Amino acid sequence: MIETPQKIIKTSTGRSLRTEEMVVNMGPQHPSTHGVLRLEVVLDGEIVVDVVPHMGYLHRCFEKHCEHMTNYQQVIPYVDRMDYTAAMTNELAFVVGVEKMLKIEVSERVHYIRIIMAELQRIASHLIAIGTFGIDMGAFTPFLYCFRDRERILDMFEATCGARLLYNYMWVGGLSHDLPPGFVETAKQFCVDFKKTLKDLNDLLNYNEIFIKRTANVGILPKDLAINYACSGPMLRGSGVDWDLRRDDPYTLYHKFNWEVVVGKGEVGTVGDVWNRHMVRQREMEQSVYIIEQALASLPDGDVSKTIPKRIRPTPGDNYTRIESPRGELGFYIIAEDSVTPYRIKARAPAFVNLSVINEISKGAMLADLVAIMGSIDIVLGEVDR
Amino acid sequence: MTAQEIYDVIKAQCGDAVLEAKLENVLDPSIKIQPEKIHEVAAFAKNDERLQFDYLSCLSGVDYKGKLGVVYHLYSMTFKHKIVLKVEVPTETPNVQSVESIWKTADWHEREAFDLFGINFIGHPDLRRILLPDDWEGHPLRKDYQTPEFYNGMKVPY
Repeated sequence: MIETPQKIIKTSTGRSLRTEEMVVNMGPQHPSTHGVLRLEVVLDGEIVVDVVPHMGYLHRCFEKHCEHMTNYQQVIPYVDRMDYTAAMTNELAFVVGVEKMLKIEVSERVHYIRIIMAELQRIASHLIAIGTFGIDMGAFTPFLYCFRDRERILDMFEATCGARLLYNYMWVGGLSHDLPPGFVETAKQFCVDFKKTLKDLNDLLNYNEIFIKRTANVGILPKDLAINYACSGPMLRGSGVDWDLRRDDPYTLYHKFNWEVVVGKGEVGTVGDVWNRHMVRQREMEQSVYIIEQALASLPDGDVSKTIPKRIRPTPGDNYTRIESPRGELGFYIIAEDSVTPYRIKARAPAFVNLSVINEISKGAMLADLVAIMGSIDIVLGEVDR
Repeated sequence: MTAQEIYDVIKAQCGDAVLEAKLENVLDPSIKIQPEKIHEVAAFAKNDERLQFDYLSCLSGVDYKGKLGVVYHLYSMTFKHKIVLKVEVPTETPNVQSVESIWKTADWHEREAFDLFGINFIGHPDLRRILLPDDWEGHPLRKDYQTPEFYNGMKVPY
C-alpha cells in the first residue's frame, strides 16, 4: 500500500502549513488512457511521485481460449482482437510463427501482399496514435486529417476482405482472398496523396510551438533504461536505439526493399522524450509509404491460397516468433504437441511491456505531462490485457 | 555466436547449474537450468563480455502437466545472438528465483506468470496479480484448472 507521509512547511510569513501527498485515480474511464486503464497516481501538489498502473479490465483469457481451439486456424480471429487497431500485423505474427513450425513456404505474391497490408496497417495505426495524441495535447484539427486518411486505408481493407477492423485475412499458408480488381491503382493513388498529408501534419502539429512546448523534454527515457525494460518499436527508437525487427531479425521479404530505420535525433528536445517518440511514428509512416510503393510496383503474379492446409499438425516443439508491429516487438511463443490444438500460446504484447516503464519515466513530471507520456507510449488496452 | 558457443561459455562458468541442452534440430536452441541457479546464470549471461544478453524478449510460464516451467527468451542487442533458458519446478512447490533485478522488464512478466500459473518468484519486489482481480481464486492457465461455478455470488455462465 502507498503511504502518504505528512510534513510541515513554513510559509514566507512564518505560518506552519501541513501538507500531505495525495492519491488520485486516473481512469479507468479517463479519456487519456485510451481505453480502460486505471492509474493510481501519487501526487505532491502537481508533481507525480509514483504511478501504479492497474489493468485487466479487458482481460479475455486469450491464451486459455487458444488451448481450447479445435484448430490452429481458429486462433487467428482471436489474435485480431488483441491489438484491434493493428489486426493485420497481429495476424502476420501468428501466421509467420505457425508457418515456421510447419515448414511451409508461401508464394512470393503472398509475401508481397502481406507486406503491403502490414505497412498500410502500420500507417493506419500510427494515424490513430498521432491523431489521438494531438487531441490529448489540445490540437483537435490534426485528428480529422488523420482519420480522413485512415478511412481510405480501411476502405481498401474492406474491398479486400470485407471487414474494416478485424480482418481474419492472413491464413496459415496464404490469404483468405486475393486483391480485388483496382486495388493496386487505389493504393498507388493513396501513396501519392498521403505524402501531402504527412507534410500537412508537420505544419499543423509536429513543429507547432505549443505542441513542442508540451512534449519536448518531457518523459525522457534513456537508452539503457529502454533496453533494460525491453521497450520496443517507437519507444525504443525514440530513445535513439537503432533497432527494427524488420531489418534486424528479418521475416517475410522485408530485406528486398529499400527503406530506413527511423531513430529519434532530438532536434527540439532531448533524445528519448515524448516529442521524439511521436516524431518516430510520423517518419515511420513515410518509410512505410516507400515500402508499399516498391511492393506495388513489383507485385508478382500467382495464387494466394494454394498452400493452405486443411488440418494443421506442427511437429512437436516450441518456437518464439516476433515481428515489428506498429507498437514494437509482437511475439508469439507457441508450444505444439502432437495435436491439432496448440498446447500453449503466449503473446508477448509490445504495449504491455512498453507500459511497464511508465512509473520510471513519469516520476517528477507534472500531472498534465503524465497525459503526454501516456499518449506517447501509445497503448492499446486490448493488447495489454489480452 | 552460435548456440553451441553460447552453451560452452555458460557451461564453463556455471557448470552444475546447467542440466541439459537442446541445440540441434530445433527452431530455438534452449538450455535447461536448475531453478535455484537461474538468477546466477541470468546475471552471468547479461554481464559477461562475450554474451551481453541485455534484452529479455519474453518470459513465459508453462504448465508441463505435473511440472511448471518458466521460459526466458534472451537477446543481445550488441551481438544479435539469442538463446532460450528454461527452468522446471514441481507443481507443488513452484519456487523460481526472480530475475527482476537483472532485467526490469521481468517485473510484469513474472507477475503475469504468478497470476496465471501460480509460480512463486522468490525475490520479486511486488508479486501480486496483474490481469485478474485480486480476489480471484486459482491460477487459470494451469491445465487442471476448474472454472468456478460462482464468482462473488454471480453465476459464471459456462
